[in-house]
Amino acid sequence: MSKLFPKSANRLPLQLVLYLFVLGGIASAGINYYATNKWANVGYAPVQPVPYSHQLHAGQLGIDCRYCHSNVEKSGFANLPTAQTCMNCHSLVKADSPLLAVVRESYATGAPVPWVQIHMTPDYVYFNHSVHVTRGVSCVECHGAIDTMDVVAQAKPLTMSFCLDCHRAPEEHLRDLTKPEQAVTKLGWVHPGGEAGQHDQGVKLVQDLKIMPPQSCSGCHR
Amino acid sequence: MRHVYFATFFLAVLTVSVLGFRGTRSTRPPIELFPDMDHQAHLKPQAGSTFFDDGRADRPIPPGTVAASAPLDDDDGLYHGMDADGTPLKAFPATVTVDAKLLARGQNRFTIYCAPCHGALGDGQGITKQYGMTTTPSYFDPRRVKLTVGELFGTITNGSPKTPEGKQNMLPYADKLSVEDRWAVVAYVRALQRTQVGTLNDVTDAAQKEALLKSK
Repeated sequence: MSKLFPKSANRLPLQLVLYLFVLGGIASAGINYYATNKWANVGYAPVQPVPYSHQLHAGQLGIDCRYCHSNVEKSGFANLPTAQTCMNCHSLVKADSPLLAVVRESYATGAPVPWVQIHMTPDYVYFNHSVHVTRGVSCVECHGAIDTMDVVAQAKPLTMSFCLDCHRAPEEHLRDLTKPEQAVTKLGWVHPGGEAGQHDQGVKLVQDLKIMPPQSCSGCHR
Repeated sequence: MRHVYFATFFLAVLTVSVLGFRGTRSTRPPIELFPDMDHQAHLKPQAGSTFFDDGRADRPIPPGTVAASAPLDDDDGLYHGMDADGTPLKAFPATVTVDAKLLARGQNRFTIYCAPCHGALGDGQGITKQYGMTTTPSYFDPRRVKLTVGELFGTITNGSPKTPEGKQNMLPYADKLSVEDRWAVVAYVRALQRTQVGTLNDVTDAAQKEALLKSK
């Protein structure tokens, strides 16, 4: 009687189990790498209706973030500038540039400039810009070095763990707003004392200003 | 079994080559694996809306609306920088206390909103001058030194007077600076002017005056 299975079939169950482990490993590594904002959102740089360069305006010219995003200290929503804000300069500087036609039209008619939003939190997340910037969290913490970006791209993942990392250890990020050089809009500032200096300053600020970032669910999901 | 491993390896390489690495720049909207309740049916600030004809979620404020939270601007001096008969104030309104705190606030706001054109010193040599904004004046020319605080306040609120062609070189900053902040900026502008046109007689502190005289 001939053999129904070759002899190598004896090893097959073990090989299959081994393969399933390898496949599982590859699949988890793939999901871990791809199924997150770190892959899906970071680097998102949509084409904007006006090729506005933050690198030129905020970096080279040194215009403060708040010149355009003027309500960020008062409002939970960091506003986009009105067309008049652009026209404050561009009625005189590059007043006839075809690239600014959309802005001039918006200024004349009141129709909004269709900017494309880049940084988004889900609608079930409460985020308030003013409470962060008025307590010393710099723009750079969530938005990255915007003043070096010709075209703005999302730099940080803005996931829940990203938020919680800072809410659990605010002292590593807080700036002393009584010192002008540490203003939240000075994106390149780092503590001269390095990480240790930042930590010491942060611990003091957390105590003095009684900073208690919420870590409960309802702090952000209200 | 070897073939299965080869196929798996091929699939993995294919996935990586299609999906790319983290942080790659892309102009396409992010993929949402679990959209859940990311986008809820409510209107957001400065966002779009399909409900209204003009496509805006923000509704334009009807003329004559008074915000419930805003104080009634029945104080002409504080809110318009003018007397009841419409002449610009020559001194700060009574409700504004000119002190170091106000000047610090003024400096803070000035640096953000005014310095790009007027320069940190107020000499009109802001960064925008190098880019074609040639009309910015210096605060130190005699005509502008003579401006009253009410007139300075009016310029910040309503912009500069119109040129003969009907154009304003400086547009209004009332949307960026609250009434209190505008008075703070006025105070700071006055302080900047003192740095250039101030005289010994402006020093009121006797000891300071003595020290200055000695240093000469």
